[in-house]
Amino acid sequence: MGRRLRAFLAFAYDFVIGDDWRIAAGVVGGLAVTYAVSRTSVPAWWLLPALLVVLLPVSLWLAIRRR
Amino acid sequence: MGAWGLFIAVFLACAVEAVEATTIVLAAGTARDWRSAMTGMIAALGVLALLVAALGPAISALPLTGLRLVVGALLLIFGLQWLRKAILRASGYKAVHDEDEIYRTQLAAAASVPGRRFGSVPDWYGFTLAFKGVLLEGLEVVFIALTFGSNARDIPLAAVAAGCAVAVVAAAGVAVRAPLSRVPENTLKFVVGIMLTGFGTFWGAEGAGAHWPGSDAALLVLLPGIALFALGLAALMRRGRSGRAAAQGSVAPAPQAGPPAPQAG
Repeated sequence: MGRRLRAFLAFAYDFVIGDDWRIAAGVVGGLAVTYAVSRTSVPAWWLLPALLVVLLPVSLWLAIRRR
Repeated sequence: MGAWGLFIAVFLACAVEAVEATTIVLAAGTARDWRSAMTGMIAALGVLALLVAALGPAISALPLTGLRLVVGALLLIFGLQWLRKAILRASGYKAVHDEDEIYRTQLAAAASVPGRRFGSVPDWYGFTLAFKGVLLEGLEVVFIALTFGSNARDIPLAAVAAGCAVAVVAAAGVAVRAPLSRVPENTLKFVVGIMLTGFGTFWGAEGAGAHWPGSDAALLVLLPGIALFALGLAALMRRGRSGRAAAQGSVAPAPQAGPPAPQAG
C-alpha cells in the first residue's frame, strides 16, 4: 500500500510539477501577487507576462548549468 | 476564443500525446500480440471516456473565475515545462524526441519478457503495456480537452477535437504499422507549449482578478509575443552553445543526432 501510494504521489508530482519545481512555485507566487495587485487600483494584467520573461530564462539557465 | 481556435488548440495538443501513445501500442502489438495490445488500448480508452463523462459535467458546474484561476495555473505550469524542454531541444542541450528510437527501445524491452495468458487476454504483458501507455498519455489529452473546453464553455467541441486528433493519429499508425516519425513532433511540442503558456497566462490572470486590455483580443498579442520570446531564447542558447564549443576547439554534438536547427518541441 505504501509503495503504491508513493508511486502515485511520484506520478502526480511528475505530472503536475515536472522537471523544475521552481516553475510551479513561480506561477503560484505570480498568481498570488496578481490577485493582491488586482485588489488595488493598479492594473495587474502585466504581472504574469513579466514573470514569464524572468522565469523561463532562469529555469533554462539552471538546466544548462547542471549539464 | 472562437470555436476554430478552441478546436485547433485542442487538436494539436492532443495529436502530440496521441503520437506517443500510438508508438507504445505499435511496440506492444509488434513485439507481443496484436489482440492483447488492441484490447489494452480499448480498455484504456474506456477508462478515459468514463473520466470525461464523470469530470466534464462536474467541471462545467464550477464558477468560471475559480476555474480559470486553477486551470490557468496548471496550463501555465504545463506550458512552461513544455516550452523549457522545447527550447533545450531546439538549442541542442537536450536530445530531440525521436519516435524511432523510443519504438526500438520499447520493442527490445517488450520482446525480452516471457508471455503469460490472463483470462481471455492472450498476452498480459502486451495488454498492460498498451493499457498503461494509452492511459497515461490519454490523461493529458483528457486534461487538455476538459480545461480548454470548460474555459471556453464548450466541452463537447473540445472533446470532438480531442477525438479527431486521436482518430487521425491512430488511423495513421494502423495504416503504416510503424512509429509516426515523420510527424514533426518536436515542432508541434514547441507550438503546443506556446499555446498552453499563452492561454494559461490569459486565464490565470483573469482568474486572479486582472483585466486584460482589449479583453480576448489580448491573446492576439500574447501568443505571438511568447512565440517570439521562446524562439529568441532558443536562438540565443544555440549561439552560446556553438560559441562555447568553438572556444573549446571542437564542435560539441547535440545529444543523439538532433540537428541544432529550429526543430524544437
